[in-house]
Amino acid sequence: MSTPSDESAAGAVPNDWEAVIGLEIHVQLHTKTKMFCGCPTSFGEAPNTQVCPICLGHPGTLPVTNERAVEYATRIALALDCRVTAHTIFHRKNYFYPDLPKGYQISQYDLPLGVGGHLNVELENGAIHRVGITRVHMEEDAGKLVHAGGASGRIEGADHSLVDFNRGGTPLVEIVSEPDIRTPDQARSFLTQLKNLLEHLDVSDVNMEEGSLRCDANVSVRRPGEPLGTKTELKNMNSFRFLQRGLEAEIERQMGALESGRAVEQATVHFDPSSGRVSTLRSKEEAHDYRYFPEPDLVPIQLDEAYVAAVRASLPELPAARKERFMAEYGLPAYDAGVLGSNRALGDYFEQVAGAAGDAKLAANWVMGDFSAYLNATGVEVEAAAVGPAALSDLLILLREGTLSSKMAKDVFQDMIETGKPASVVVRERGLGQISDTLALEELVKRLVLANPGPAEEFRGGREKVLGFFVGQVMKETRGQANPQLVNELLRRHLLG
Amino acid sequence: MISREEVEHIARLARLRFEDGEYERLAQELSKILDYVQTLGELDLTGLEPTAHAVALKNVFRADEPRPCLPREQAVANGPAVERGQFVVPRIG
Repeated sequence: MSTPSDESAAGAVPNDWEAVIGLEIHVQLHTKTKMFCGCPTSFGEAPNTQVCPICLGHPGTLPVTNERAVEYATRIALALDCRVTAHTIFHRKNYFYPDLPKGYQISQYDLPLGVGGHLNVELENGAIHRVGITRVHMEEDAGKLVHAGGASGRIEGADHSLVDFNRGGTPLVEIVSEPDIRTPDQARSFLTQLKNLLEHLDVSDVNMEEGSLRCDANVSVRRPGEPLGTKTELKNMNSFRFLQRGLEAEIERQMGALESGRAVEQATVHFDPSSGRVSTLRSKEEAHDYRYFPEPDLVPIQLDEAYVAAVRASLPELPAARKERFMAEYGLPAYDAGVLGSNRALGDYFEQVAGAAGDAKLAANWVMGDFSAYLNATGVEVEAAAVGPAALSDLLILLREGTLSSKMAKDVFQDMIETGKPASVVVRERGLGQISDTLALEELVKRLVLANPGPAEEFRGGREKVLGFFVGQVMKETRGQANPQLVNELLRRHLLG
Repeated sequence: MISREEVEHIARLARLRFEDGEYERLAQELSKILDYVQTLGELDLTGLEPTAHAVALKNVFRADEPRPCLPREQAVANGPAVERGQFVVPRIG
């Protein structure tokens, strides 16, 4: 087990304690329809408009499994190096909650779709940390509760709740990790890289804000070498930052309790991002008595070797492989290849720019630099960017050919973002463009040398600094658009010649 | 034999409440049912795979094609209380 090099960071686990963390991740699949009925899965529709008797749990209805959901779940299992269970079935998980119309959730129990996988997580210091994947299973999502009447929209203080079943029955894949994670940083890296992987697999929108990617954590602390401590379950942290901060706060709380001689109670814990504090929600007593039994309304699923092989063959290039290829094919440094290889849309964009501009390193710098800065500043998705890969490569060609300086290219890029115009049009309209026309510049240089005999004489006498005076004059006459390298060359030739 | 405590536990999970005297009766009745099911244990099942299903079907799937949903008025029609197109439930917790 590796430990992070930076132990001084806020919230790091002190050396005389060890945290043991396992994550449970729920991924909403972006199938067109729900897990067991034909209702659409679109997000943000008016409440209770994406429902039917099956997902509302009306008596006498029968679920039928969505074939695409099984395929997506199999992709996830394979990408995490799980063994795909040849004979798999659904179970009923029985409990009462208002967002669960049937009184049970259709899930999987002792025969999950995938078991025994792992994810190799690259840590901040570049080390690879292998996190085991216990299981990958299929289930259906619950409805959504809105707590009404209270000031906060939270359970506490609400008079009553409103139930919207649009989300109920949406296909979910639950991924359960082994308790192989030791620090909040590692947990965050794991989740980030799992998200990247899922993005490449094209099975989910993996949007934490919209809830298509959700993360719970099981966490306990112990003195190194001691048996496992009592764990608590940290629920629904809806961002990478909250996952990290929630874990830090909970680890802190547990260490504090144990150090002052109190016990850690098994509980569900909620992290409040506004206060940075954790609070115990409810005791887990009875919580595990779900009385699972095989779902009698669904027949078993048998995934033969040919099916699994076909899904495996259809897997796209995954982040680790893509990073390697970016290094080998484009000669990118490991860091650049890692950044571009882990973000599917950005990686695709980069490849198109690199191909068209004919300069991979320049393309990588721009995609990771100005282009990413623009995305971050505006929150625009790569696919919806105002400057597409063809437009950016046209700009980079102007830069590479010397028509534009780096500084000018940055300005043109800003204009392209704002106006959506191609680089060539912006350059023409703004009268930009570096003058690399040797004949035109030569005329100007000749004229300036003749008009300034004094400084010219000084330069010939060995005063190198005077060259700067002439460069300044050329830039003034050309409004800064002369190619500096060419100006230098021409001036030297004419002053000394 | 099912104990009174077990009946109470199951009743709590099922959100059922009984009169005091009923727990003993239910314990006996549930025990009888379980004993009856236990007769299955007399069968020799050597070499038989466990099955979760009585029908010999597998891989029944549906294509991922949307189908019409219920109109909202109909979807919430059976709700004892409805507010802004949503089911109203008592405060939780």
